[in-house]
Amino acid sequence: MMDTKRTTFQNKWLPYVLLAPQLFITLIFFIWPAGQAVKSSFEREDPFGFSTVFVGLQHYARLMQDPNYLDSFLRTAVFAVAVTVISMLLGLLFAVAVDRLMRSARVYTTLLVWPYAVAPVVAGVLWFFLFNSSTGILPYYLSFFGIKWDHNLNGTHAMILIIIAAAWKQISYNFLFFLAGLQSVPHTLMEAAAIDGSGPIKRFFDISLPLLSPTTFFLFIVNVNYTMFDTFSIVDATTNGGPAQSTNILVYKVYQDGYLGLNLGSSSAQSVLLMLIVIVLIFVQFRFVERRVQY
Amino acid sequence: MASIDIESVGKVYTGNVRAVTDINLAIKDGEFIVLVGPSGCGKSTLLRMLAGLETISEGAVKIGARVVNQVEPADRDIAMVFQNYALYPHMTVRQNLEYGLKNRKTPKAEIDARVAEAARMLEITQYLDRKPRALSGGQRQRVAMGRAIVRKPSVFLFDEPLSNLDAKLRVSMRGEIKRLQRRLGTTSIYVTHDQLEAMTLADRLVVLNGGKIEQVGSPLEVYHTPASTFVASFIGSPAMNLVKAECQGDKLVIGPAMISLNGYAPTSGAVTVGMRAEDLRVVTGDKGMPFAVEYVEELGSQRLVHGVVGDQSLTIALSGETEIPANMRIDIDPAKLHFFAQADGKRISAADRSGAAADAPSPAPVA
Ligand SMILES: Nc1ncnc2c1ncn2[C@@H]1O[C@H](COP(=O)(O)OP(=O)(O)O)[C@@H](O)[C@H]1O
Ligand SMILES: [Mg+2]
Repeated sequence: MMDTKRTTFQNKWLPYVLLAPQLFITLIFFIWPAGQAVKSSFEREDPFGFSTVFVGLQHYARLMQDPNYLDSFLRTAVFAVAVTVISMLLGLLFAVAVDRLMRSARVYTTLLVWPYAVAPVVAGVLWFFLFNSSTGILPYYLSFFGIKWDHNLNGTHAMILIIIAAAWKQISYNFLFFLAGLQSVPHTLMEAAAIDGSGPIKRFFDISLPLLSPTTFFLFIVNVNYTMFDTFSIVDATTNGGPAQSTNILVYKVYQDGYLGLNLGSSSAQSVLLMLIVIVLIFVQFRFVERRVQY
Repeated sequence: MASIDIESVGKVYTGNVRAVTDINLAIKDGEFIVLVGPSGCGKSTLLRMLAGLETISEGAVKIGARVVNQVEPADRDIAMVFQNYALYPHMTVRQNLEYGLKNRKTPKAEIDARVAEAARMLEITQYLDRKPRALSGGQRQRVAMGRAIVRKPSVFLFDEPLSNLDAKLRVSMRGEIKRLQRRLGTTSIYVTHDQLEAMTLADRLVVLNGGKIEQVGSPLEVYHTPASTFVASFIGSPAMNLVKAECQGDKLVIGPAMISLNGYAPTSGAVTVGMRAEDLRVVTGDKGMPFAVEYVEELGSQRLVHGVVGDQSLTIALSGETEIPANMRIDIDPAKLHFFAQADGKRISAADRSGAAADAPSPAPVA
């Protein structure tokens, strides 16, 4: 592994100087706020912000007994699984289609990557308009099937809306990784399998898919992380967590309780819990997944 | 087992790239055919058309009595061994061997028996539960062979299967492939760019150049009567010496030198003359041709002496102990000369005295 050429620095300080701007940004915008969140999750502030008292694990204990929080947890799980599964399946489907394409593959790839360049908030607004119950085109078509679409009143509709918006944005990313994965499967393996009497579909399941497993596990973790964190603006632009909390996923609840509800202690505790979930996921990825998928 | 008939087969890739032109070849049941030629001459393309991995642009391929142009690779009753082995990396050796049989719904007991037999034959029984990455190059090569053998196909196709092995292993695997093929009697087509591999393996050699067949024949036929200067320089090591010369009656003029043909002159005028390094010998007195030695390669059993006659390079192979005299002269038995037309490089045989050289204007000999 390490037989690649290495650059050696004569000046001991140069690497640190070069890293400094990035480290500075990371410290100011990530590490310090995270530290603050951990700190304030153990404290209670009086309503006027004059004094804070240390309350230990009180916020966490309350959260564990708060049915609203546990509901939000469940909703987030549904949302994360749905978005991950849908965006990975469609990403894989498009990757397989493009991989089999000889001509114009590049055009398709370019087009398929565009949604990723769209900001989440724009993606949210886009689907919000497409699904708008009075002017949107999709509710119009759905009405032919006897479905009266209204994500402002129907919690299930609202959840479907954010799932579609979040998944749509993520398909491009998954597509790119799956396509790169598929194209790195040696061509002769497919030919050997073809001679071994395996048809295109069987080849996909017997050869391509197992060889894609590192990519699949990587994407799984990345997508779950994405749905936990990066989907805030999609919810914010479309449903604001409603109706009746039905789309109030964990990351949005942090914002609602802390910024709108001004319950900083509980909000901090929630964000620390979210952080822990991600740390566990990443740990799983490095510790188990990377080893298990080796062949 | 099956015979193979290749009839006027050609291949044009997309973008009008022509790789193979008008190949005609009848392969007998059980024969070991080697396709040999320099890189890019279309060997793999031809083999892949037989395998069904490339469409056949022109002509027809018959395996047994059946035209297979439109038949899927899986249904052609062939097995192929690839240069990079193409073992399924996520399957154990056993699973690799079983895969083709399982796909064909072979009964479990039959699969086990065949895998066990192939593993024993190739001495890979102790590796059956390993993944390919835990095997050496030679062991992977055996597994790739095993995967072909267990299927009991009518035809084996090999695409440079030994190119990724080191020289020593290549020699031993070469022998093993030959032995296996003899034992199984399966019709085999083997692609290589290595003329030595080709010579040692083939029942019949097919020498390809620029997508066309240059010569078909047994290794010794091809070696002793190369059909063209291309074959002459490609088959045999060191390569056959090819020099420009002129037939003047019963004399052959090579630059400043002249040797007697003793009635072996097949033509007259300018020709290309081929001389095997081992057919040239050192002579004393003022017979033969003056040979200016440039350098000597010691191979132990042989010494290869490189030098010039006039301004044309020649190599002669001498036995290890032969002295190299100061003013060396070399000669050759005229029966061992090969004559080729200068225009197209084709062989001029004694029976074919209307050779192309006759109509070429003869340059004055530099006497
Ligand atoms: N898929 C392809 N598309 C276009 N040209 C190809 C393709 N495969 C091979 N060729 C061309 O066909 C010629 C013969 O190739 P190949 O059969 O691989 O040669 P060899 O196996 O003798 O080295 C080469 O000039 C090569 O560039
Ligand atoms: Mg090749």
